[in-house]
Amino acid sequence: MKRWALFLPFIIFTLLGFLLWRGLYLDPKDIPSALVDKPFPDFALPTLVSGETKTQESLKGDVHLVNVWGTWCISCKVEHPFLVKLAQQGVRILGVNYKDENDPARQWLNDLGNPYVFSVDDEAGTLSMDLGVTGAPETFFVDAKGVIRYKHQGPITQGNWAPLEKIWQSLVDEATQVSQP
Amino acid sequence: MMKHVLLFFVLVFSQMSYAMVDGHEYVFDDGSELENQNRAALFQKLAEELRCPKCQNQNLADSNAMIAGDLRRELYQQVKSGSDGQSIIDFMVNRYGEFVLYRPQMGAMTYVLWFGPVALLLIALICLIFIVRKRKQTNASSQGISPEQQKRIDALLAKDKEDDHV
Repeated sequence: MKRWALFLPFIIFTLLGFLLWRGLYLDPKDIPSALVDKPFPDFALPTLVSGETKTQESLKGDVHLVNVWGTWCISCKVEHPFLVKLAQQGVRILGVNYKDENDPARQWLNDLGNPYVFSVDDEAGTLSMDLGVTGAPETFFVDAKGVIRYKHQGPITQGNWAPLEKIWQSLVDEATQVSQP
Repeated sequence: MMKHVLLFFVLVFSQMSYAMVDGHEYVFDDGSELENQNRAALFQKLAEELRCPKCQNQNLADSNAMIAGDLRRELYQQVKSGSDGQSIIDFMVNRYGEFVLYRPQMGAMTYVLWFGPVALLLIALICLIFIVRKRKQTNASSQGISPEQQKRIDALLAKDKEDDHV
C-alpha cells in the first residue's frame, strides 16, 4: 500500500471533526425565512386605532419595518421603547397586532407610546400566517417596492440594531437612487 | 336492544370520518364516505409529517405551541375542504420554508441528503471489492511456488537423501 494512504483515515477524521465542531456553533433556531425576496403578502385589515382598512399597497413608495407584536408577548414589551426611539429617528414602522384583543392593545399604545405609522388588527392571525410568523416579536424589512428583504426574529434592541441598521440603510439608499436617477 | 342495533348501523354506515390528533377528535363530513376516510387519513399523516416551526423537534400533532395549534386548524380546514396533500405542503413551505418538512422534497438543495447515504455505501462497496481482490492476488502469489523455487527444493531434498545413505 502506498504510504500516503495510511494518512487517509486521519484526514477523514479531521474533516469530520471540523464539520461537527462547526455544527456546535450553529443556531438551530436560525431558520431562513421563506419570504425573503418575495412580495409582502396581500392583506386587507382594519387598523387598530382608526379602524380604516389598509392593504399591501400602503407599503409601496417607502421603506418600512413591519413589526409583529401583541400585548401577550413579553419580549415585545422589552422591544417597545427602542421602536419608539427608532420612530422618532424617522424609521417608518408598521405594526401587525398579532392574535390580540383590541382594547388592551390600544391601551398599550396609549401608555407606552405609539411607534407605528399604523397597526393592523390581525386578530385571526391570517396575515401573520401568510408571513410565516412563528411567534412575536418578528420584524420584516420591506423595501419601497413592497418586497420583503430581511426578517428578524426576536426583539430589536439597542444592542442588536447596528447590523440591522446597515440593512435598513441599504434599502433606504436603494429607494432614493431609484427615485432620483 | 333496538336502540343498540340502530346505533350500530348509524356508526357503521356514517358518512363521517374521524382523525384523532393530540387528544382531539377531528371530524370530516364534507364529502362522500370514501373521501371523508381519505381526508381523515391525510390529516393524520400531514399532522405527523409537518414540523412545528417554533418548537424544532415536534410535529404539528404533538406540539402545544400556539403556532402549532393555528397550523393544525389551518391544516384541518384545508383537508376538510378537499385540498390535496401536495398543495397543502406547498402552502406550508411557501410560508415557513423547507424546514417544516420532516420528509424533505426532492430538489437541487436536497440531492446530497437523499442520495448521499447511497453514494457512501457504493464507495464503501467499491473499496471492499478492491481490497478483497488485492488480498486474493497477494495470497495466490505467496502460496504458489515458482519453477526455480521448485527446482531448488528438489535439489535440496535429493541432497538430503544422499546424505542419509552415508
